[in-house]
Amino acid sequence: MKKIILLIAISCCSLVRSFAQDTTDLLKQIEKEEPRKTSYTIATFKSTRVITGHSVENIGKGVLDVRILHRFGPINRGIYDFFGLDYASMRMGFDYGITNNLMIGVGHSTWQKTYDAFFKVKLLRQSTGAVNMPVTMSFVSTMAVRTELARLDTFNKRIHTSFADKTSFAEQLIIGRKFSNKFSLQIMPTYIFNHNKIDSINRYTKDNANIIRGQKRKNTFAIGIGGRLKISKRVSINAEYYYQLPDTKPDKKFNSVSLGVDIETGGHVFQLHLTNSNGMTEKSLITDTDDKWKDGYIRLGFNISRVFNVGKHK
Amino acid sequence: MKTKIILICPFLILLCSFVVAQKVYTKNGAISFFSSSPMENIAASNNQVMSVLNQSTGDLQFSVLIKSFHFKKSLMETHFNENYLESDKYPKAIFRGKINDLSKLNFTTDGSYTVEVTGDLTMHGITNRITTTGKILIKSGIATAMADFKLKLADYKIKIPAIVKDNIAEIIDIKVSCVYDQKL
Repeated sequence: MKKIILLIAISCCSLVRSFAQDTTDLLKQIEKEEPRKTSYTIATFKSTRVITGHSVENIGKGVLDVRILHRFGPINRGIYDFFGLDYASMRMGFDYGITNNLMIGVGHSTWQKTYDAFFKVKLLRQSTGAVNMPVTMSFVSTMAVRTELARLDTFNKRIHTSFADKTSFAEQLIIGRKFSNKFSLQIMPTYIFNHNKIDSINRYTKDNANIIRGQKRKNTFAIGIGGRLKISKRVSINAEYYYQLPDTKPDKKFNSVSLGVDIETGGHVFQLHLTNSNGMTEKSLITDTDDKWKDGYIRLGFNISRVFNVGKHK
Repeated sequence: MKTKIILICPFLILLCSFVVAQKVYTKNGAISFFSSSPMENIAASNNQVMSVLNQSTGDLQFSVLIKSFHFKKSLMETHFNENYLESDKYPKAIFRGKINDLSKLNFTTDGSYTVEVTGDLTMHGITNRITTTGKILIKSGIATAMADFKLKLADYKIKIPAIVKDNIAEIIDIKVSCVYDQKL
């Protein structure tokens, strides 16, 4: 009988002790019951563009992003052209976030008087916790229309071009991962359809007498790689490279290589960079790069992005 | 004798469960903050705050997921997580404290009680001891805790760069409201 009483006493003591422990860590108790939440990765890149090409990032719902982009002439032109700064090619664009996962944008470039429009949709979001997703994936579709008139041919006639001849499409899948707080990397398999009659005939030899009839390339496949390394909370170094598959690369065109710095201040992002590309739409960036870094054809460029909240808040 | 013990047992268990019922908690408490400056006002709220209140000892604890703070402007939310609170590095803010004047409180009778709470607030990797007054409302056995207090960003090593100095206040107003409707 005494044994039973003793047993109950001991069990009571142990119960009391277990409660005494609980009071010091109440939070642990409820956290145990809590189902694991999904924590989504944010800010893989500071901007929706790595440098010129798209990053995995989208802008938020109801946000308008006004983007002014400049690319100057090659720096190897020397002091006479103020290292290329005397020439500027520009794109002005407006991006808008319809939802947090879908954005659209339009723009106009001085280069070839191009109008472009795109949409970008986020397909996967990198996350940890209940849903463990190693990458973020986005899809971007861009359409660009070149409105610049074709040059006169040798018989002083303009080459007739239809709307389709001036239009190009670029479809991109972007797969990116934020490896650490500082380092993010993405790859961008890209398909470009360019039924551009002018592109293939609008090139002249040095004496301007003969048109180079380059082999027409309608389809170009390219693989891009882009990354960023944060050097402080608000400054990062970015790099972007597009490799065109040799069999599909247009003649006398080179791969685009860009190196830049992102500086973020509140609602602005400044992107300063060095690149061998003049174009600022996907088609002209990837398939229309005329020069190589090796020959000193490096251009200074900058993007300015300013966001405005125009949509209704919840 | 045996029957007596058998009779006592349920009471013991009851007593234990009564002790357990002294601890109440919530998983959807609300914390919001407000920064008022000449250039702009910034507000954010979090409705997924976990908080536990031990009614017998006065222990009061909060666990706040930084990423659950939502802003009207999505870029603000990104900057808040990325540049200021560094939520990848410091995902949670934790408060472990005690109600100083527990004797004033009676959790079984309805009413409003003004209490003082002291405890350690850990945020952005920094722990500071804070004291604030708050209100505890008792209505049909359910306790609701409310408090307004101020935090200085510099105390938690949250640096404001010179360029946005006019946009963000140095002292932030915090509002807490938790309904302890769950029993542990």
